[in-house]
Parts: sequence; C-alpha cells; structure tokens
Amino acid sequence: MTATRLAYLDHAASSPLRPEVAEAMAPYGDDWFGNPSGSHRLARRARLALEEAREAVAASVGAPPEGVVFTSGGTEADNLAVLGTLAARLDHGLPHGVVVCSAVEHAAVLEACGAAARGSARVFGAACAEVREAPVDADGAVDLEALAGLLGPEVALVSVMTANNEVGTIQPVAAVAELVRRAAPGAVVHTDAVQAATYLDLPEATAGADLVSVSAHKLGGPKGSGALVARREVPIAPLVFGGGQERGRRSGTQNVSGAVGLAAALESAARCRQADAERVASLRGELADGLLARVPGTVESVDRARTLPGHCHLRFAGVEQEELLVLLDDLGVCASGGAACASGALKASHVLSAMGVGPADARSAVRFTLGYTTTEADVAHALAAVPAAVAQLRG
Amino acid sequence: MRVLVAMSGGVDSSVAAALLAEAGHEVVGATLKLWGGSSDSGCCSVADVDDARRVAQQLGIAHHVFDLTDDFAAAVVEPYVAAHAAGRTPNPCIECNRHIKFARLLDRARRLGFDKLATGHHARVEPAARRAPSGARNRRPDAAALQLLRGVDGAKDQSYVLSMLGQDQLARLALPVGALTKAEVRARAARLGLRTAGKPDSQDVCFIRRDEGRRGFLAGRLELHPAEVVDLRSGRLVGSVPEAELVTVGQRRGVGHGPDGRRRYVVAVDVRRRRVTVAGPEDAVVRRVALAPGSVTWVGAPLPLGARALAQVSAHGRAAPCTVAVRRGEAAVEFDEPQRPVAPGQTVALYDPSDPDAVLGAGVAA
Repeated sequence: MTATRLAYLDHAASSPLRPEVAEAMAPYGDDWFGNPSGSHRLARRARLALEEAREAVAASVGAPPEGVVFTSGGTEADNLAVLGTLAARLDHGLPHGVVVCSAVEHAAVLEACGAAARGSARVFGAACAEVREAPVDADGAVDLEALAGLLGPEVALVSVMTANNEVGTIQPVAAVAELVRRAAPGAVVHTDAVQAATYLDLPEATAGADLVSVSAHKLGGPKGSGALVARREVPIAPLVFGGGQERGRRSGTQNVSGAVGLAAALESAARCRQADAERVASLRGELADGLLARVPGTVESVDRARTLPGHCHLRFAGVEQEELLVLLDDLGVCASGGAACASGALKASHVLSAMGVGPADARSAVRFTLGYTTTEADVAHALAAVPAAVAQLRG
Repeated sequence: MRVLVAMSGGVDSSVAAALLAEAGHEVVGATLKLWGGSSDSGCCSVADVDDARRVAQQLGIAHHVFDLTDDFAAAVVEPYVAAHAAGRTPNPCIECNRHIKFARLLDRARRLGFDKLATGHHARVEPAARRAPSGARNRRPDAAALQLLRGVDGAKDQSYVLSMLGQDQLARLALPVGALTKAEVRARAARLGLRTAGKPDSQDVCFIRRDEGRRGFLAGRLELHPAEVVDLRSGRLVGSVPEAELVTVGQRRGVGHGPDGRRRYVVAVDVRRRRVTVAGPEDAVVRRVALAPGSVTWVGAPLPLGARALAQVSAHGRAAPCTVAVRRGEAAVEFDEPQRPVAPGQTVALYDPSDPDAVLGAGVAA
C-alpha cells in the first residue's frame, strides 16, 4: 500500500526461487519437454533428468534412489507416508495398527491421521485403529518419555517432524527412532523434514527415520514439487492410481522440471548451508533481541538454541496478531501468524496450545522467518516497523 | 478517507466496496470468519470468502480475513442457544451486529487507522439537520448529529437490524448501498463484472446449515422437551408439541386449529413448566410490550416519557403507532391498536412518526 520498502520475513511459508534452480529447471519446461515414460530421444532426455534428480534427492536425504517418490509437494508426501503405509498394511492382511505422532505435527500429517482414524480414508484402503498424540514441552519439543509410553507392538507408524513449521523447534528424531526400534520394532518411522531441509543436514537430522518428506518451495525451489523418500524398503500403497509411474507408488506423468528444481534446491541449500545458517541465525538474533528491547511486553516463544536459525516467534502482549499483520503489511513487512487455513483466516495454533500457551497469548503471536535472501536492511526495516505498529495498536 | 469494508461475499457489500473505491477513498476489504462449523449458508463459508476476495481483487483493493469465531461463539451462538433453552426467540443477526460488526470489528478498524467501517446494509446514515422536516413534533435538533434512516428500497430495508446503533457508531459508519435499490445494486455489480452480481440474497441464520435446520442445530446443543398445548381462554389441554424450545410466541404452525376451526396463535411459551399457551385471533393480541431492562438504546437523545413512535417488531414487519412508556421502572411500548404478541427476545425498533424513515432507538422484548 504505502510501503516503499519490503522486508520479506515469511520464508517458512515459501522461499523465493533461487536463480540457479530456475536455471536448472528452464530447459525442461521448454526444449526438453518430453514425457519421461516415452521411448524416443526427447522422452529419454526427460527421463535422464528425472533419474539424475532422483539420485540427487536420494543422496541429500541419505537414501537409495529407488526410495524417492516424487510428489506434488510436502502435503502429498506426508499423506502418502501416513495413508500409504497404513493402506499397505491392510493390503498385506495385517491388522489395523496404531499411529503415534507428536501434537505439533503439520496439518498434512494430523489430518491424514485423523482421516485414517475416522475411516474417511477408506477410499485408499487406509485405516488405523487409533491415533496417539505425544505431548511436547514448553519449547515444542516432543516429550520422549511420554512418547515411549505410547509405543508398543500394536504401533504401525510413528510420525515426528524434523523441525516445527510454526515455532521452528528441532525435534529429536534420531532418539525417537531409537525408542521405536526398541518398543515397536515393526513400526515405520516417518519425519516431515519440509522446514528442516534448508538448514539441517538431513542424513544426520533425520537419522533412523524410514520415510522423509521434503518440499521444494521452502528451499528456494518451485511450488508443486516434493518427495517422499524411503531409506529402506517400506511397503507403500498408492493414493493416486494410473499409469504406475514412481514404481506404482504415485501415478501420473512426473513433473520433470519440478523434480529437477527440487534436486537443485536441495543441492543449493546444502552448498550454502553452513554460511547461510550462521548468517541467518545472526540476523535472527538481531531481530529478536531488537524487538525484545524495543517493544515492552514481548516474549520469545521458544528458546532460540533449540530452533532452526531462521525462526523468530514472538508474542506481543495485548496485541492481536490479525491486527498486527495488517499494519505490518501496510508497512511492508511480510510475516505470518502461523498456519493459514483455506479461507485465509488465521487458525488458532494447535502448536502453541500443545506448548501450553493460552488462547489469548497465542493470538498475540507473530512468526518472522528469515531466509537466504534476508539482509541487514530487512531486519532494520522490521525493527522500525514492528514497534511502531504495536504502539499504534496499543493506542 | 480510509475505509474498511466488511465484505460478506454478497452483492451488497461488493458494491459498497466498489462505490467507495470509485469515490476515491482508500478502501480495504475484510471478511469475517465467524463460525467454525460446516455451515453452507450465509457469511461463514469458504466459498463466500473466496467470492469476497475475488471481488476485492477485481476492484484492486487489499483484502483480509479476520477470524472472530471465538467472539462470535461467545457473543452470538451461545446466547442464541441459551435463549431458546429459556423459551425466548433471539435475533442472532442483531446480536452479531451489536457485539461483532459494530463493536469488535469497528474497534479493530479504528485501531488499524481506518476513518470508517462500511457494510452493505440497506440503510442510510445522514446528518440530522439536512433532513429535519419543518414542524416535526418529535424533532429535537440538538438530540442527534446523525440520523439512521431506512434504505431507499423499502422491500430490502435493513434499518431494523441496525436499530441498536448510537451516535458513536454511526459517526464511524458508512452505508453506501442504502441510497440504491437492490435492482440498482445488482445492475452496478453486473456492469463492473463482479462475480457476486447474481448471487441470491442470504436468508437464513448464517451458522445453521440448511440441511440440519434450527431443530438439528439446537438438538445437538441443548435438551429439547415436549410440552402440552393449553388454550388460553378455556385452560383446556388441546394438544402437544414435541419441542417447547422450538416454539415461538406468535407462531401459528404446528399448534392446530381451535374447536371453531379457526387458526390459533402461540401467546406464551413456558419451557420450565413444559407448557405452550395458544389463543384464537381475538385473544392473541397485546397492547403493551415490555422491554428488557438495560436493552433500550437511542440513536440520539432518549425519547421523553409518553413520546409517540412507530414500533417495528420484525425485520420486515410493519411499523405500528405506539407510545413509549415507563411503568414501575420498566420501559415499554404501548400500541394504539392491538398487535399480535411479540416473542420475548425479539428487537423492537422505534421509528419517528414525523419522519417514518428515521430510527429513534430500539429495545429487546422482555
């Protein structure tokens, strides 16, 4: 509106396309448009790109290439992980299993689990006996002791995200996998690494997980591209039926340029990881410390040491996030309140609620997420705009 | 002027936004998400939000979605259920206007730096001086700077659901379509190519799904009780109803005919005693309607005792001549002619007899 400067601080929602990714993708929307399932030279060229992308994605996660199922994004990958494994169990004549997940999972996991429990995912042959939610501590990290208490031989699937999308808390995935191996050896361990992939080394951060979800656009890749990556051979029934692409696990002509973009974005993020993580963490520190100092009644939701470097989740006492976001938008600061629902309204955060934050406090929260394009000037702009906006709202 | 337009996704608020933008104001649209349930009608569905957002895009204005579901549940839905449990008949649209649109949203608009809030209601806000007809009996020139007037399209007038507004609210309110007929509104929307141009008017309570209805909605939220139906004059049991909580004073449906074959009206609902009282047309009349203590509001200065007014007791009812009275500390309207009984919980809107378009104030039937 009136803003002349724009500070984009919503990288957890989507990160701008990296130039090298755009460059890598370009030929597959253009000259090399062939269908990778065909047999002629243009088809073979597309197939080559697809398989190279598959290998690159597999390598960045630490999995064999045949474990990669390209999807339309993180949500589909999560759905395939939950519903696909549950459906495969029933296909194999196994009884309905129990699903265990953390209370702060992304809606893509929670809603898929809910659909399986309600039986509304029957169309895919997916169902489960029960969903158990593991509580989290005040920083949003899963409570391992409580989680252990939910495990048993009846558990079919355990899903704990690598890092939380709203508050950025890094989860102890390797420790979760350890617990599962001991108490529920038959269970599949899934982790949604959509947010973590930018900043964490996936083989390490997701060690022990059987299935890993990634999404390109959070990494500076294109929207509409993601993958579910299996580290070992896990039976997965398809949710999308057709020509049997992706080894029958996901039919439909592959999004070749999207897959190339996902691979390029993962590679690019990995190459810049250390430098970016340090730089972004330092800017995040400036932003958080600056706002804590300048805006009275500001609370940092999570201990910074436990989060991804780009997340800055603050609560401004007595301010409503919906109002603050409107003013920040006017002032050219793009931030968010957490997860948005289909209508565009802000949903009451199940993450903050699980962390023990009361509803009124939760409504005062704003998530600033920094990324590879964030500069000192962006932080300076936010440090000027946010105190002014909060002051206006507090009248 | 900076104006926040409450855009429901309907044609009236779409055109309200368009008119303000055309007039050169800085306009921002906002759609309220008011109900988390799966209502398919009214102002709460994703489809309506999509319509509002698309219209805002077409007009080139910013658009936000505000989630006021908690406030709406507490200020509108819960009291709606509680009123039915007590045998009253609330008007949730009026309570939404009172507590949400012209309180919560109006405050928000002010905090966000907007000069005014606009809605698509068919009513008008005008400076009082401009309209005061000479020699008007009730006219008190110092009483009000602003008047709330009926919309020019009599059939679509919505001043009744705004009748509880006062000067503070009117001063920050813009009602751009009140000066147009509905046909003009639709024509303007069509000319602008807005996708809401042909959208039907919303009719129902927005948080109640068409397929569940009021009965289905309430049945899930409170215990419904059968009741005996008793004739007012004879005191005799004449029938029964399955759910006393769903019966409204003034209703004719479902309570049968009298022995003379004439229709009967509900004149009282006593949920506690599980009794519905009915009467024939000559007995089902009232002269006096008491107003709930603390429910009376005035557009301008309070009317003096004994002042003459026109009282309207439903959204599209006829306004009938009455006198405003206070007896034993209780405000009431006393009609010149007998009226059908007014259900407790309904709003009684008062209009100016010398300027029948002008709202004077409102109260809620006790």
